[in-house]
Amino acid sequence: MKNIKEFLLNNIVTEIFIVLCTAAIILSDQTTSFLLEQIVVRFFRNGVLVLSLIIPVLAGLGLNFGIVLGAMSAQTAAIIITYWNFEGIGAIFLMILLSTPISVFLGILIGKLFNKTKGQEMITGMILGFFANGVYQFIFMVLVGTVIPVNNPDITISGGVGLINTMQLNETAVGALDKFITISLDKAFLYGFIIYAFIGIVRAVYTNKWGTEAARQKWGKIKWFYLAGAVVYGGAVFYTRINERLNLAMAFVDVPVFTMILVVFVALVIQFLVSTKLGQDFRSVGQNMKVAVSAGINVDKTRIIAIVISTVLAAWGQIIYIQNIGNFATYTAHEQVATFAIAALLVGGASIKKATIGQAFLGIILFHILFTVAPMAGANLFGDTQIGEYFRVFVSYGVIALALVLHTVKTVRQKMQQRQNEDTM
Amino acid sequence: MQNIEKEYYGNKVLKGVSIDLKAGEILAIIGENGAGKSTLMNVLFGMPEIHGTGGYKGKIIYKGKEVVIKSPHHAMELGIGMVHQEFMLLPNFTITENIKLNREITKKNLISTVGGKRLELLDLKSMGKQAREALDKVGLGVGEWTVVEGMPVGYMQFVEIAREIDKKEIQVIVFDEPTAVLTESESQRLLAVMKKIAAEGVGIIFISHKLDEVIEVADKIMVMRDGEQITTIAGKSASAMQLAELMVGRGIDSSQIAEKRNFDGAENILELKNFRVDMPGEKVKGIDLKVKKGEIIGFAGLAGYGKLGIANGIMGLHPASGEMIFEGRPMKLNDTMSILKNHIAFVSEDRKGVGLVLDNSIENNITVPAMQVQKKYLKKVLFFSQMDRKSISEQAERMIKELKIKCTGTKQKVGALSGGNQQKVCIAAALALEPDLLLVSEPTRGIDIGAKQIVLDYLKRLNREKGMTVVITSSELKELRSICDRIVVVTQGKVAGELKPDAPDGEFGMLMSGVTKKEEGERNE
Repeated sequence: MKNIKEFLLNNIVTEIFIVLCTAAIILSDQTTSFLLEQIVVRFFRNGVLVLSLIIPVLAGLGLNFGIVLGAMSAQTAAIIITYWNFEGIGAIFLMILLSTPISVFLGILIGKLFNKTKGQEMITGMILGFFANGVYQFIFMVLVGTVIPVNNPDITISGGVGLINTMQLNETAVGALDKFITISLDKAFLYGFIIYAFIGIVRAVYTNKWGTEAARQKWGKIKWFYLAGAVVYGGAVFYTRINERLNLAMAFVDVPVFTMILVVFVALVIQFLVSTKLGQDFRSVGQNMKVAVSAGINVDKTRIIAIVISTVLAAWGQIIYIQNIGNFATYTAHEQVATFAIAALLVGGASIKKATIGQAFLGIILFHILFTVAPMAGANLFGDTQIGEYFRVFVSYGVIALALVLHTVKTVRQKMQQRQNEDTM
Repeated sequence: MQNIEKEYYGNKVLKGVSIDLKAGEILAIIGENGAGKSTLMNVLFGMPEIHGTGGYKGKIIYKGKEVVIKSPHHAMELGIGMVHQEFMLLPNFTITENIKLNREITKKNLISTVGGKRLELLDLKSMGKQAREALDKVGLGVGEWTVVEGMPVGYMQFVEIAREIDKKEIQVIVFDEPTAVLTESESQRLLAVMKKIAAEGVGIIFISHKLDEVIEVADKIMVMRDGEQITTIAGKSASAMQLAELMVGRGIDSSQIAEKRNFDGAENILELKNFRVDMPGEKVKGIDLKVKKGEIIGFAGLAGYGKLGIANGIMGLHPASGEMIFEGRPMKLNDTMSILKNHIAFVSEDRKGVGLVLDNSIENNITVPAMQVQKKYLKKVLFFSQMDRKSISEQAERMIKELKIKCTGTKQKVGALSGGNQQKVCIAAALALEPDLLLVSEPTRGIDIGAKQIVLDYLKRLNREKGMTVVITSSELKELRSICDRIVVVTQGKVAGELKPDAPDGEFGMLMSGVTKKEEGERNE
């Protein structure tokens, strides 16, 4: 009983969101196919951006508001390829290629700054975002056309100085990654189940044969969750197969397989890093820098590596985002990147100290369900879409604030419990 | 180590200390707080604070060669390990992960051949196996995959030791007060493990306050006092009483000891019953105490054993529980304002943090507490209270004269004063509250000898002339003995005993190191 209560309390943000989402879905009165399509599109659009936050959390740097700078490097790359008018999927890969060195460089700078402001990384990152915004705007609003020669009337304001407000990618590059390979959602759902079952079996066999004692114990516990998941998932697959309307709705939704592969690839890379020596160092540094130093770990360098990885992933994430939408607001597209990604991660049940890939994925789904349906729910309820708009902005800041408060409450409570334990001994 | 000397900003804290340690030998180092034990160990480990403050003099000869140890990591590579007093364990890691911290066993993979050693995957299986071996050596039966968080403190101590002996090249292990947090039986087990490790040829340096343990395991005992090496004696021949005397003994003149006064008939001004304070690092775990009206009582004890917690708890600066009776009335705990209103004043040990506003003038520092608490030095102008500048200045002038505060005037900023004069301002601020009971913590910490004497004399005069009851907490036994009517020794958050200022040195030492007379008696039988 106490365990259940603890579990509910620990995941309160996620629970609130599930309730909110359910209510909003009912109120918005949308078709299933629209909803599914929106979720799929948004999931892959934002996947990498949210994943980019995980490693800094593990390394004790908290929620990395500095990913705004990663987004800026992606946009810089996007502006360059638009200027030269590159086409097709090649343009997207060139963007990735161009943005990487910029984001590595910025990542090192952010990391160095964070090392000077240990313990205040989050606020530093946030203010750094505002500052970098100024530099970014200065470059593209003032320097372009004056210092940097740009002779392309399509992307500059009529006077020739400063870029236009909205950057439009070359038509062939829009959605190039997404359209590269697609399958319909009903098939994807079925294949997904097969992969899920396959992974489950492989894991069970692997841990029982080669795993350590601890891994086996852990697997023994999560085995049942896994199985329950399989039953629910299998039931859902079966239901969508016999329910003709739903099946039809799903058949009309395209899943961007290639983007999905990219997202899964990034997730796997993170998972791999976490289980290496480097990942162990991240976690050691994240728990206690003093202990890490005395064990001979180069704390400052480890933290910089964590931030560089995060910034680079954020840049890639923003590229996926931009290619999906096809255009971006030149001067403001990056502003909300960190806030929304962080809110999504927290909704999934992560905290300042702990974050997993599963939490990131769950968070994106929940957060973007609300994002999609809130305006419509607002329109149906109050006759005004604006209220829904307000609501979702309010919610994303609210989630961050709530998660921060809950984290503090939790640590205080833990400390008190610890003291009591010590006293009774 | 030969002739190690160390200065901090011209202040000599180590005055030529030499130790030698053979393989398989246990050397114990004992001494009061501030005797230089930790500085000596910091030199051995090449801690940054040593090199950052001008290095040290003398030589370290290790395995026949002179070495300069540059960093803790360097010391580790040489095979010198340390079991820390506060645990250097990561709570969310398992025991294995902690033992193998930054010495993880890794497996090569495709990516690591390109990306370098840090991208190798962890070999959890062999890490677990080696951790198990180390745990078996120290006799800890807990599973090697248990998470450290929530484990009893005693286990954590053994995990630390397991981590040190898991290092294959380990030659010397330093144990820094390892038994301070352990229970009796755990301590016994730890001592047994220590002997076992030594028998395998590892040299051990054992720092402790517990004299009986030191005598039990050490081959050699070195006594330090005020940065000097007093003596080194063979372990087996020592007695606790002898060590205690060597540790404390400064040979105080009988003329300096406060004259005897009798308070048998006096009423209690303050009474504490089962008083507990949760002050980090200075926990008080239930004390009973009566303070008589008009006496000067002193709290002595080693740092971290709770003597500072008492005064802080009384003032409500750290969460306290239990019962507190002042002048016959029970007091509300944890309510600083009401305590102050009852004319109890406090001079904090944290002069710059709690006691003073450094950027403010002397007169403000002296009068603001009284203004807040008793609405003194205020005048009404229409509906607003205004500070009464004139009476404030008068009060400040008077205190400056009385306490001989060296300053340019009442408006000088407190931050510009020397430590001793700052302390005097603190006392003046407490006195502006016209207290019946004055609590003073570490009144002479970090101030020069001249100021020390003035402060102590003034406290004594307040007591004699105004009948103020004074409670002094201090690490300097000598000064307590020079003004107190009785001295309470606090050990492990409890009252270890009460002594008259003219009691012999040895008895103070014994009480401070937690050896009660009874135990000693049993040992002798």
